[in-house]
Amino acid sequence: MIWNVTKECMSRDEIEVIQSKRLVKIVDKVYHNVPYYRNKMQQLGLEPGDIRGIEDVEKLPFTTYEDLNENYPFGLAAVPMSELVRLQASSGTTGRPKIAVYTRRDIDIWAECSARCLAMAGITKDDIIQVGYGYGLFTGGLGAHYGAEFLGALVIPMSSGNSQKLIQMMIDCGATAIACTPSYLLHVAEDLRDADLLDKIKLKVAICGAEPWTNEMRDKMEDILHLEAHDIYGLTEICGPGVATDCKYHKGLHIWEDHFLPEIIDPNTLKQVPHGETGELVITTLTKEGMPLLRYRTKDLTYLEYDKCECGRTMARIQRFKGRTDDMLIIRGVNVFPSQVEAALLTIDGTTPHYMIYVDRVNNEDTFEVHVEVEERFFSDEISELEKLTKQIHARLRERIGLNVKVKLVEPNALPHSDGKTKHVVDNRKLYV
Amino acid sequence: MVRQLSVFLENKKGRVNDILSIISDSGINIVSVSLADTSDFGILRLLCNAPEEAHNMLKEKGITSKITDVVAVCVPHEVGSLKKVIYAITNAGISINYIYGLSLNDDGASIAMKTSDHAKTIEVLNELGVKMFNQEDL
Repeated sequence: MIWNVTKECMSRDEIEVIQSKRLVKIVDKVYHNVPYYRNKMQQLGLEPGDIRGIEDVEKLPFTTYEDLNENYPFGLAAVPMSELVRLQASSGTTGRPKIAVYTRRDIDIWAECSARCLAMAGITKDDIIQVGYGYGLFTGGLGAHYGAEFLGALVIPMSSGNSQKLIQMMIDCGATAIACTPSYLLHVAEDLRDADLLDKIKLKVAICGAEPWTNEMRDKMEDILHLEAHDIYGLTEICGPGVATDCKYHKGLHIWEDHFLPEIIDPNTLKQVPHGETGELVITTLTKEGMPLLRYRTKDLTYLEYDKCECGRTMARIQRFKGRTDDMLIIRGVNVFPSQVEAALLTIDGTTPHYMIYVDRVNNEDTFEVHVEVEERFFSDEISELEKLTKQIHARLRERIGLNVKVKLVEPNALPHSDGKTKHVVDNRKLYV
Repeated sequence: MVRQLSVFLENKKGRVNDILSIISDSGINIVSVSLADTSDFGILRLLCNAPEEAHNMLKEKGITSKITDVVAVCVPHEVGSLKKVIYAITNAGISINYIYGLSLNDDGASIAMKTSDHAKTIEVLNELGVKMFNQEDL
Protein backbone atom coordinates (compact mmCIF):
# COMPACT_ATOMS: atom_id res chain seq x y z
CA MET A 1 0.00 0.00 0.00
CA ILE A 2 1.18 3.51 -0.75
CA TRP A 3 0.42 5.70 2.24
CA ASN A 4 0.74 9.10 0.60
CA VAL A 5 0.41 8.72 -3.18
CA THR A 6 0.56 12.43 -3.93
CA LYS A 7 3.96 12.67 -2.27
CA GLU A 8 5.50 9.26 -2.80
CA CYS A 9 4.75 9.13 -6.53
CA MET A 10 5.50 12.73 -7.58
CA SER A 11 7.35 13.28 -10.81
CA ARG A 12 11.06 14.14 -10.59
CA ASP A 13 10.21 17.72 -11.55
CA GLU A 14 7.66 18.02 -8.79
CA ILE A 15 10.09 16.53 -6.28
CA GLU A 16 12.77 19.02 -7.28
CA VAL A 17 10.41 21.97 -7.09
CA ILE A 18 9.35 21.02 -3.55
CA GLN A 19 12.94 20.32 -2.51
CA SER A 20 14.15 23.65 -3.88
CA LYS A 21 11.36 25.57 -2.18
CA ARG A 22 12.00 23.86 1.13
CA LEU A 23 15.78 24.14 0.89
CA VAL A 24 15.56 27.90 0.38
CA LYS A 25 13.30 28.15 3.42
CA ILE A 26 15.42 25.97 5.68
CA VAL A 27 18.62 27.81 4.75
CA ASP A 28 16.97 31.10 5.53
CA LYS A 29 15.75 29.70 8.80
CA VAL A 30 19.05 28.34 10.08
CA TYR A 31 20.88 31.47 8.93
CA HIS A 32 18.64 33.62 11.06
CA ASN A 33 18.12 31.30 14.01
CA VAL A 34 21.28 29.25 14.45
CA PRO A 35 24.37 31.38 15.05
CA TYR A 36 26.64 28.44 14.35
CA TYR A 37 25.26 28.02 10.83
CA ARG A 38 25.25 31.77 10.25
CA ASN A 39 28.96 31.91 11.09
CA LYS A 40 29.71 28.95 8.91
CA MET A 41 27.86 30.49 5.99
CA GLN A 42 29.43 33.89 6.50
CA GLN A 43 32.86 32.30 6.52
CA LEU A 44 32.03 30.90 3.10
CA GLY A 45 30.76 34.28 1.97
CA LEU A 46 27.26 32.91 1.64
CA GLU A 47 23.96 34.65 2.23
CA PRO A 48 20.58 32.93 2.25
CA GLY A 49 19.76 34.60 -1.05
CA ASP A 50 22.62 32.72 -2.73
CA ILE A 51 20.69 29.49 -2.37
CA ARG A 52 17.92 29.55 -4.95
CA GLY A 53 17.29 25.85 -5.27
CA ILE A 54 18.78 22.39 -4.94
CA GLU A 55 21.26 23.17 -7.68
CA ASP A 56 22.97 25.44 -5.12
CA VAL A 57 23.15 22.86 -2.35
CA GLU A 58 26.85 22.22 -2.95
CA LYS A 59 27.59 25.78 -1.86
CA LEU A 60 26.34 25.01 1.64
CA PRO A 61 28.58 23.92 4.49
CA PHE A 62 28.51 20.34 5.73
CA THR A 63 27.43 19.30 9.20
CA THR A 64 29.35 16.55 10.96
CA TYR A 65 29.29 14.81 14.29
CA GLU A 66 31.99 17.24 15.42
CA ASP A 67 29.60 20.12 14.79
CA LEU A 68 26.92 18.43 16.89
CA ASN A 69 29.48 17.81 19.62
CA GLU A 70 30.65 21.42 19.58
CA ASN A 71 27.05 22.57 19.91
CA TYR A 72 26.06 20.02 22.52
CA PRO A 73 23.36 19.92 23.75
CA PHE A 74 21.10 22.59 22.24
CA GLY A 75 23.39 24.81 20.15
CA LEU A 76 21.86 23.79 16.83
CA ALA A 77 18.25 24.24 17.91
CA ALA A 78 16.50 26.62 15.53
CA VAL A 79 13.47 27.36 17.69
CA PRO A 80 13.01 28.67 21.25
CA MET A 81 13.26 25.95 23.91
CA SER A 82 9.55 26.30 24.60
CA GLU A 83 8.79 24.96 21.12
CA LEU A 84 10.70 21.74 21.72
CA VAL A 85 8.75 18.69 22.86
CA ARG A 86 11.17 15.78 22.53
CA LEU A 87 14.81 14.82 22.81
CA GLN A 88 16.37 11.63 21.46
CA ALA A 89 20.00 10.60 21.52
CA SER A 90 22.51 8.02 20.41
CA SER A 91 26.18 7.40 21.13
CA GLY A 92 28.82 9.78 19.95
CA THR A 93 32.52 9.19 19.48
CA THR A 94 33.73 10.94 22.59
CA GLY A 95 31.15 9.59 24.95
CA ARG A 96 29.02 12.70 24.56
CA PRO A 97 25.76 11.56 23.02
CA LYS A 98 24.46 12.84 19.72
CA ILE A 99 21.33 14.74 20.59
CA ALA A 100 18.37 15.56 18.39
CA VAL A 101 15.49 17.79 19.48
CA TYR A 102 12.03 17.89 17.95
CA THR A 103 9.10 20.25 17.81
CA ARG A 104 5.55 18.92 17.77
CA ARG A 105 5.48 19.24 13.99
CA ASP A 106 8.79 17.34 13.73
CA ILE A 107 7.23 14.48 15.68
CA ASP A 108 4.22 14.53 13.34
CA ILE A 109 6.39 14.46 10.22
CA TRP A 110 8.51 11.71 11.72
CA ALA A 111 5.33 9.70 12.33
CA GLU A 112 4.22 10.34 8.72
CA CYS A 113 7.60 9.18 7.36
CA SER A 114 7.62 6.15 9.61
CA ALA A 115 4.02 5.34 8.60
CA ARG A 116 4.97 5.56 4.92
CA CYS A 117 7.73 3.04 5.58
CA LEU A 118 5.46 0.65 7.45
CA ALA A 119 2.81 0.93 4.74
CA MET A 120 5.47 0.24 2.14
CA ALA A 121 6.22 -3.00 3.99
CA GLY A 122 2.54 -3.88 3.66
CA ILE A 123 1.42 -2.98 7.15
CA THR A 124 -2.12 -1.53 7.45
CA LYS A 125 -4.46 -0.41 10.18
CA ASP A 126 -5.68 -4.00 10.45
CA ASP A 127 -2.31 -5.19 11.64
CA ILE A 128 -1.09 -5.92 15.14
CA ILE A 129 2.53 -4.84 15.35
CA GLN A 130 5.02 -5.61 18.06
CA VAL A 131 7.67 -2.95 18.40
CA GLY A 132 10.75 -4.75 19.69
CA TYR A 133 13.17 -1.86 19.45
CA GLY A 134 14.30 -0.29 22.69
CA TYR A 135 12.10 2.57 23.92
CA GLY A 136 13.97 5.49 25.35
CA LEU A 137 16.69 7.78 24.07
CA PHE A 138 17.18 5.37 21.16
CA THR A 139 14.90 6.46 18.32
CA GLY A 140 13.96 2.92 17.28
CA GLY A 141 11.15 2.20 19.72
CA LEU A 142 9.30 5.51 19.67
CA GLY A 143 9.90 6.06 15.95
CA ALA A 144 8.30 2.79 14.91
CA HIS A 145 5.63 3.22 17.56
CA TYR A 146 4.44 6.64 16.39
CA GLY A 147 4.48 5.56 12.77
CA ALA A 148 2.42 2.44 13.45
CA GLU A 149 -0.06 4.36 15.57
CA PHE A 150 -0.38 7.05 12.91
CA LEU A 151 -1.09 4.29 10.43
CA GLY A 152 -3.81 3.01 12.72
CA ALA A 153 -2.29 -0.38 13.48
CA LEU A 154 -2.54 -1.86 16.95
CA VAL A 155 0.86 -1.31 18.54
CA ILE A 156 2.28 -3.57 21.21
CA PRO A 157 5.19 -1.62 22.72
CA MET A 158 7.36 -4.57 23.72
CA SER A 159 10.70 -2.74 23.74
CA SER A 160 13.77 -4.96 23.55
CA GLY A 161 15.30 -7.48 25.87
CA ASN A 162 12.60 -9.90 26.91
CA SER A 163 12.21 -12.35 24.06
CA GLN A 164 10.16 -14.86 26.04
CA LYS A 165 7.50 -12.27 26.77
CA LEU A 166 7.65 -11.09 23.16
CA ILE A 167 7.00 -14.65 21.97
CA GLN A 168 4.16 -15.16 24.41
CA MET A 169 2.38 -11.98 23.33
CA MET A 170 3.15 -12.67 19.68
CA ILE A 171 1.22 -15.92 20.01
CA ASP A 172 -1.49 -14.84 22.47
CA CYS A 173 -2.33 -11.59 20.67
CA GLY A 174 -1.79 -12.90 17.15
CA ALA A 175 0.77 -10.29 16.13
CA THR A 176 0.97 -9.97 12.34
CA ALA A 177 3.97 -7.65 12.13
CA ILE A 178 7.13 -6.96 14.05
CA ALA A 179 9.63 -4.11 14.09
CA CYS A 180 13.01 -4.83 15.66
CA THR A 181 16.68 -5.30 14.82
CA PRO A 182 17.34 -8.13 12.36
CA SER A 183 19.61 -9.98 14.77
CA TYR A 184 16.98 -9.86 17.49
CA LEU A 185 14.35 -11.21 15.12
CA LEU A 186 16.61 -14.07 14.11
CA HIS A 187 17.22 -14.84 17.74
CA VAL A 188 13.45 -14.88 18.32
CA ALA A 189 12.94 -17.02 15.19
CA GLU A 190 15.34 -19.62 16.47
CA ASP A 191 13.70 -19.63 19.89
CA LEU A 192 10.31 -20.16 18.22
CA ARG A 193 11.67 -22.97 16.12
CA ASP A 194 13.41 -24.68 19.02
CA ALA A 195 10.24 -24.49 21.12
CA ASP A 196 8.24 -25.88 18.20
CA LEU A 197 5.95 -22.83 18.20
CA LEU A 198 6.26 -21.76 14.57
CA ASP A 199 2.75 -22.93 13.65
CA LYS A 200 1.30 -20.79 16.45
CA ILE A 201 2.43 -17.43 15.04
CA LYS A 202 0.72 -15.16 12.53
CA LEU A 203 3.59 -12.86 11.58
CA LYS A 204 3.58 -11.89 7.94
CA VAL A 205 5.91 -8.94 7.85
CA ALA A 206 9.03 -7.78 9.65
CA ILE A 207 10.51 -4.33 9.44
CA CYS A 208 14.10 -4.48 10.57
CA GLY A 209 16.73 -1.82 10.97
CA ALA A 210 19.16 -0.02 13.27
CA GLU A 211 22.01 -2.26 12.13
CA PRO A 212 23.38 -3.49 8.82
CA TRP A 213 22.29 -6.96 7.81
CA THR A 214 23.05 -9.35 5.03
CA ASN A 215 20.88 -11.08 2.43
CA GLU A 216 21.67 -14.36 4.17
CA MET A 217 20.05 -13.01 7.32
CA ARG A 218 16.99 -11.92 5.34
CA ASP A 219 16.74 -15.34 3.68
CA LYS A 220 17.08 -17.08 6.97
CA MET A 221 14.39 -15.09 8.80
CA GLU A 222 12.03 -15.38 5.85
CA ASP A 223 12.71 -19.08 5.64
CA ILE A 224 12.05 -19.78 9.31
CA LEU A 225 9.21 -17.35 9.92
CA HIS A 226 7.51 -17.39 6.50
CA LEU A 227 7.22 -13.63 6.40
CA GLU A 228 8.52 -10.82 4.24
CA ALA A 229 11.32 -8.77 5.74
CA HIS A 230 11.91 -5.09 4.97
CA ASP A 231 14.88 -2.93 5.78
CA ILE A 232 14.29 0.44 7.44
CA TYR A 233 16.93 3.14 7.63
CA GLY A 234 17.20 6.11 9.89
CA LEU A 235 19.54 8.00 12.12
CA THR A 236 18.96 10.02 15.23
CA GLU A 237 20.42 13.20 13.78
CA ILE A 238 17.94 13.18 10.89
CA CYS A 239 14.93 11.91 12.89
CA GLY A 240 15.23 8.17 13.49
CA PRO A 241 13.74 5.16 11.69
CA GLY A 242 11.53 6.24 8.83
CA VAL A 243 14.03 7.98 6.59
CA ALA A 244 13.95 5.15 4.03
CA THR A 245 12.65 1.60 3.50
CA ASP A 246 12.56 -0.97 0.75
CA CYS A 247 9.29 -1.81 -1.02
CA LYS A 248 8.17 -5.27 -2.01
CA TYR A 249 10.51 -5.21 -5.00
CA HIS A 250 13.50 -4.84 -2.65
CA LYS A 251 15.53 -2.73 -5.04
CA GLY A 252 16.92 -0.31 -2.52
CA LEU A 253 15.44 1.85 0.21
CA HIS A 254 13.09 4.63 -0.91
CA ILE A 255 14.14 7.81 0.85
CA TRP A 256 11.47 10.45 1.51
CA GLU A 257 12.91 13.14 -0.68
CA ASP A 258 10.23 15.67 0.16
CA HIS A 259 11.63 15.74 3.71
CA PHE A 260 15.24 14.68 3.24
CA LEU A 261 17.50 15.86 0.45
CA PRO A 262 20.07 13.15 -0.24
CA GLU A 263 23.44 13.65 -1.90
CA ILE A 264 26.33 11.28 -2.47
CA ILE A 265 29.76 12.82 -2.05
CA ASP A 266 33.31 11.66 -2.36
CA PRO A 267 34.46 11.63 1.30
CA ASN A 268 37.92 12.79 0.25
CA THR A 269 37.21 15.61 -2.19
CA LEU A 270 33.81 16.39 -0.57
CA LYS A 271 32.39 16.93 -4.07
CA GLN A 272 29.21 15.29 -5.31
CA VAL A 273 29.89 12.15 -7.31
CA PRO A 274 28.10 11.44 -10.62
CA HIS A 275 24.77 9.63 -10.34
CA GLY A 276 25.17 5.94 -9.68
CA GLU A 277 28.60 6.19 -8.12
CA THR A 278 29.27 5.11 -4.56
CA GLY A 279 30.18 7.64 -1.93
CA GLU A 280 29.11 9.01 1.43
CA LEU A 281 25.41 9.67 1.93
CA VAL A 282 24.77 13.27 2.94
CA ILE A 283 21.31 14.40 4.03
CA THR A 284 19.81 17.86 4.40
CA THR A 285 16.61 17.95 6.42
CA LEU A 286 14.07 19.95 4.43
CA THR A 287 11.25 20.29 6.93
CA LYS A 288 12.76 19.93 10.37
CA GLU A 289 12.03 22.76 12.77
CA GLY A 290 13.72 21.79 16.03
CA MET A 291 17.16 20.97 14.74
CA PRO A 292 17.42 21.32 10.96
CA LEU A 293 20.71 20.05 9.59
CA LEU A 294 22.42 21.20 6.42
CA ARG A 295 24.27 18.49 4.51
CA TYR A 296 24.72 16.11 7.40
CA ARG A 297 27.46 13.60 6.68
CA THR A 298 26.03 10.20 7.62
CA LYS A 299 29.37 8.40 7.13
CA ASP A 300 27.42 5.61 5.43
CA LEU A 301 28.73 4.58 2.03
CA THR A 302 26.18 3.83 -0.68
CA TYR A 303 24.80 5.07 -4.01
CA LEU A 304 21.37 6.23 -5.14
CA GLU A 305 19.07 4.98 -7.88
CA TYR A 306 16.63 7.56 -9.27
CA ASP A 307 14.63 5.59 -11.83
CA LYS A 308 10.95 4.98 -11.15
CA CYS A 309 10.35 1.81 -9.16
CA GLU A 310 7.95 -0.96 -10.17
CA CYS A 311 5.99 -0.19 -7.02
CA GLY A 312 5.03 3.20 -8.50
CA ARG A 313 7.08 5.29 -6.14
CA THR A 314 9.45 7.84 -7.62
CA MET A 315 11.48 8.52 -4.51
CA ALA A 316 15.20 7.73 -4.93
CA ARG A 317 16.45 4.43 -3.58
CA ILE A 318 19.45 4.07 -1.29
CA GLN A 319 21.35 1.00 -2.39
CA ARG A 320 23.03 -1.60 -0.22
CA PHE A 321 25.41 0.04 2.24
CA LYS A 322 29.01 -0.67 1.43
CA GLY A 323 30.48 0.34 4.74
CA ARG A 324 31.24 3.42 6.77
CA THR A 325 33.80 6.15 6.51
CA ASP A 326 34.42 6.12 10.25
CA ASP A 327 35.09 3.37 12.76
CA MET A 328 31.59 3.25 14.26
CA LEU A 329 30.37 -0.25 15.02
CA ILE A 330 26.74 -1.19 15.31
CA ILE A 331 26.37 -3.89 17.94
CA ARG A 332 22.92 -5.33 18.47
CA GLY A 333 21.54 -2.03 17.19
CA VAL A 334 23.68 0.09 19.51
CA ASN A 335 26.25 2.47 18.03
CA VAL A 336 29.66 1.92 19.53
CA PHE A 337 32.88 3.77 18.85
CA PRO A 338 36.24 2.25 19.75
CA SER A 339 37.08 5.58 21.39
CA GLN A 340 34.33 4.92 23.95
CA VAL A 341 36.01 1.67 24.89
CA GLU A 342 39.29 3.50 25.17
CA ALA A 343 37.75 6.16 27.41
CA ALA A 344 36.25 3.49 29.66
CA LEU A 345 39.57 1.70 30.01
CA LEU A 346 41.24 4.99 30.80
CA THR A 347 39.14 5.33 33.95
CA ILE A 348 40.52 2.07 35.37
CA ASP A 349 44.03 3.27 36.07
CA GLY A 350 44.55 6.63 34.40
CA THR A 351 46.31 5.31 31.32
CA THR A 352 44.92 3.06 28.65
CA PRO A 353 46.28 -0.43 28.46
CA HIS A 354 46.66 -1.96 25.04
CA TYR A 355 43.36 -3.44 23.97
CA MET A 356 41.59 -5.03 21.04
CA ILE A 357 37.92 -5.27 20.22
CA TYR A 358 36.75 -8.46 18.57
CA VAL A 359 33.34 -8.35 16.94
CA ASP A 360 31.64 -11.32 15.42
CA ARG A 361 28.20 -12.64 14.75
CA VAL A 362 27.55 -16.00 16.37
CA ASN A 363 24.16 -17.60 15.84
CA ASN A 364 23.03 -14.32 14.29
CA GLU A 365 23.81 -12.37 17.40
CA ASP A 366 26.60 -9.84 17.61
CA THR A 367 29.37 -10.71 20.01
CA PHE A 368 31.62 -7.99 21.36
CA GLU A 369 34.75 -8.96 23.21
CA VAL A 370 37.30 -6.60 24.63
CA HIS A 371 40.72 -8.10 25.19
CA VAL A 372 42.89 -6.14 27.59
CA GLU A 373 46.58 -6.74 28.01
CA VAL A 374 47.54 -7.32 31.63
CA GLU A 375 50.47 -5.08 32.40
CA GLU A 376 52.37 -5.35 35.65
CA ARG A 377 50.45 -2.46 37.23
CA PHE A 378 47.16 -4.37 36.82
CA PHE A 379 48.57 -7.72 37.72
CA SER A 380 48.08 -9.49 41.01
CA ASP A 381 49.20 -12.86 42.26
CA GLU A 382 45.62 -13.47 43.38
CA ILE A 383 42.91 -14.75 41.08
CA SER A 384 40.22 -12.85 42.98
CA GLU A 385 41.97 -9.54 42.29
CA LEU A 386 42.17 -10.24 38.56
CA GLU A 387 38.54 -11.27 38.52
CA LYS A 388 37.71 -8.03 40.29
CA LEU A 389 39.60 -6.15 37.57
CA THR A 390 37.65 -7.99 34.87
CA LYS A 391 34.37 -7.10 36.55
CA GLN A 392 35.41 -3.48 36.96
CA ILE A 393 36.27 -3.17 33.27
CA HIS A 394 32.98 -4.86 32.39
CA ALA A 395 31.02 -2.41 34.54
CA ARG A 396 32.79 0.66 33.12
CA LEU A 397 32.17 -0.49 29.57
CA ARG A 398 28.55 -1.11 30.39
CA GLU A 399 28.20 2.41 31.76
CA ARG A 400 29.83 3.94 28.71
CA ILE A 401 28.37 1.98 25.85
CA GLY A 402 25.29 0.41 27.38
CA LEU A 403 26.15 -3.10 26.32
CA ASN A 404 27.15 -6.26 28.07
CA VAL A 405 30.61 -6.93 26.83
CA LYS A 406 32.84 -9.91 27.35
CA VAL A 407 36.12 -8.84 28.88
CA LYS A 408 39.14 -11.06 28.54
CA LEU A 409 42.51 -10.45 30.14
CA VAL A 410 45.36 -11.38 27.85
CA GLU A 411 49.14 -11.42 28.01
CA PRO A 412 51.03 -8.38 26.74
CA ASN A 413 52.04 -8.82 23.12
CA ALA A 414 49.22 -11.30 22.63
CA LEU A 415 47.43 -8.64 20.59
CA PRO A 416 48.59 -7.43 17.23
CA HIS A 417 50.56 -4.19 17.57
CA SER A 418 50.88 -2.50 14.24
CA ASP A 419 53.19 0.35 13.36
CA GLY A 420 51.74 3.82 13.22
CA LYS A 421 48.06 4.00 13.99
CA THR A 422 47.17 0.96 15.99
CA LYS A 423 44.19 -0.97 14.82
CA HIS A 424 41.83 -1.66 17.68
CA VAL A 425 38.98 -3.50 16.04
CA VAL A 426 38.67 -6.84 14.35
CA ASP A 427 35.17 -7.17 12.91
CA ASN A 428 34.55 -10.63 11.54
CA ARG A 429 30.88 -10.12 10.71
CA LYS A 430 31.32 -9.38 7.00
CA LEU A 431 28.25 -7.15 6.91
CA TYR A 432 29.06 -5.15 3.83
CA VAL A 433 29.79 -7.83 1.26
CA MET B 1 59.39 -15.11 54.26
CA VAL B 2 60.35 -15.97 50.73
CA ARG B 3 59.98 -14.03 47.49
CA GLN B 4 57.48 -15.53 45.14
CA LEU B 5 57.33 -14.76 41.44
CA SER B 6 53.82 -14.81 39.95
CA VAL B 7 53.39 -14.86 36.19
CA PHE B 8 50.27 -14.00 34.23
CA LEU B 9 49.39 -16.63 31.65
CA GLU B 10 46.65 -17.02 29.12
CA ASN B 11 45.22 -20.49 28.90
CA LYS B 12 47.20 -21.45 25.87
CA LYS B 13 49.03 -24.60 25.07
CA GLY B 14 52.70 -24.53 25.96
CA ARG B 15 52.74 -21.33 28.01
CA VAL B 16 53.92 -22.96 31.27
CA ASN B 17 56.69 -24.66 29.36
CA ASP B 18 57.67 -21.33 27.74
CA ILE B 19 57.95 -19.58 31.09
CA LEU B 20 59.84 -22.37 32.82
CA SER B 21 62.25 -22.61 29.89
CA ILE B 22 63.06 -18.90 30.00
CA ILE B 23 63.86 -19.16 33.70
CA SER B 24 65.71 -22.46 33.84
CA ASP B 25 67.71 -21.77 30.67
CA SER B 26 69.45 -19.02 32.57
CA GLY B 27 70.51 -21.36 35.34
CA ILE B 28 67.95 -20.28 37.93
CA ASN B 29 66.79 -23.11 40.11
CA ILE B 30 63.04 -23.43 40.49
CA VAL B 31 62.08 -24.90 43.83
CA SER B 32 58.33 -24.97 43.49
CA VAL B 33 55.56 -24.17 41.06
CA SER B 34 51.83 -23.88 41.48
CA LEU B 35 49.28 -22.95 38.86
CA ALA B 36 45.99 -21.26 39.70
CA ASP B 37 43.65 -21.14 36.77
CA THR B 38 40.31 -19.79 35.59
CA SER B 39 38.60 -20.46 32.29
CA ASP B 40 40.44 -17.62 30.54
CA PHE B 41 43.74 -17.14 32.32
CA GLY B 42 46.04 -18.54 34.95
CA ILE B 43 48.64 -17.41 37.44
CA LEU B 44 51.83 -19.40 37.67
CA ARG B 45 53.39 -18.94 41.08
CA LEU B 46 56.92 -20.07 41.55
CA LEU B 47 59.71 -20.01 44.06
CA CYS B 48 63.29 -19.91 42.87
CA ASN B 49 66.75 -18.89 44.04
CA ALA B 50 66.82 -15.64 42.03
CA PRO B 51 63.32 -14.18 41.74
CA GLU B 52 64.40 -10.61 40.80
CA GLU B 53 66.61 -11.90 38.04
CA ALA B 54 63.79 -14.11 36.74
CA HIS B 55 61.37 -11.17 36.95
CA ASN B 56 63.64 -8.96 34.84
CA MET B 57 64.18 -11.70 32.35
CA LEU B 58 60.46 -12.18 31.87
CA LYS B 59 59.95 -8.44 31.67
CA GLU B 60 62.43 -8.25 28.80
CA LYS B 61 60.39 -10.84 26.98
CA GLY B 62 57.24 -8.78 27.57
CA ILE B 63 55.75 -11.21 30.04
CA THR B 64 53.84 -9.81 33.00
CA SER B 65 55.06 -10.98 36.37
CA LYS B 66 55.27 -9.70 39.89
CA ILE B 67 57.14 -10.45 43.08
CA THR B 68 55.28 -10.86 46.34
CA ASP B 69 56.17 -12.29 49.73
CA VAL B 70 54.84 -15.61 50.91
CA VAL B 71 55.43 -17.48 54.12
CA ALA B 72 57.17 -20.83 53.68
CA VAL B 73 56.79 -23.25 56.55
CA CYS B 74 58.24 -26.68 57.20
CA VAL B 75 55.57 -29.17 58.18
CA PRO B 76 56.96 -32.32 59.88
CA HIS B 77 55.95 -35.74 58.60
CA GLU B 78 53.48 -36.34 61.42
CA VAL B 79 49.77 -36.90 61.35
CA GLY B 80 47.94 -33.64 62.07
CA SER B 81 50.96 -31.35 61.77
CA LEU B 82 49.57 -29.47 58.76
CA LYS B 83 46.26 -29.01 60.51
CA LYS B 84 48.07 -27.66 63.59
CA VAL B 85 49.77 -24.98 61.51
CA ILE B 86 46.62 -23.95 59.70
CA TYR B 87 44.57 -23.97 62.88
CA ALA B 88 47.03 -21.68 64.66
CA ILE B 89 46.90 -19.17 61.84
CA THR B 90 43.14 -19.27 61.42
CA ASN B 91 42.63 -19.08 65.16
CA ALA B 92 44.61 -15.83 65.25
CA GLY B 93 42.06 -14.31 62.91
CA ILE B 94 44.33 -14.43 59.88
CA SER B 95 42.89 -15.55 56.58
CA ILE B 96 44.81 -17.60 54.09
CA ASN B 97 44.54 -16.38 50.51
CA TYR B 98 46.23 -19.34 48.92
CA ILE B 99 48.50 -22.21 49.80
CA TYR B 100 50.59 -24.78 47.98
CA GLY B 101 53.13 -27.45 48.77
CA LEU B 102 56.82 -27.43 48.07
CA SER B 103 59.78 -29.65 48.79
CA LEU B 104 62.81 -28.07 50.47
CA ASN B 105 64.48 -30.62 52.75
CA ASP B 106 64.14 -34.14 53.99
CA ASP B 107 62.75 -33.35 57.46
CA GLY B 108 59.22 -32.83 56.22
CA ALA B 109 56.95 -31.39 53.62
CA SER B 110 56.77 -27.64 53.25
CA ILE B 111 54.04 -25.22 52.32
CA ALA B 112 54.07 -21.72 50.95
CA MET B 113 51.14 -19.46 51.68
CA LYS B 114 49.91 -15.96 51.35
CA THR B 115 47.87 -14.69 54.24
CA SER B 116 46.11 -11.51 55.14
CA ASP B 117 48.84 -10.57 57.63
CA HIS B 118 52.30 -11.95 57.15
CA ALA B 119 53.91 -10.36 60.23
CA LYS B 120 51.27 -11.82 62.48
CA THR B 121 51.47 -15.18 60.73
CA ILE B 122 55.19 -15.37 61.41
CA GLU B 123 54.60 -14.43 65.03
CA VAL B 124 51.99 -17.17 65.42
CA LEU B 125 54.18 -19.76 63.74
CA ASN B 126 57.18 -18.80 65.87
CA GLU B 127 55.09 -19.38 68.98
CA LEU B 128 54.08 -22.74 67.58
CA GLY B 129 57.74 -23.55 67.13
CA VAL B 130 57.65 -24.54 63.47
CA LYS B 131 60.52 -23.94 61.13
CA MET B 132 60.18 -21.27 58.47
CA PHE B 133 62.34 -20.59 55.43
CA ASN B 134 63.94 -17.45 54.14
CA GLN B 135 64.89 -16.58 50.62
CA GLU B 136 68.46 -17.78 51.31
CA ASP B 137 67.16 -21.27 52.01
CA LEU B 138 65.90 -21.65 48.47
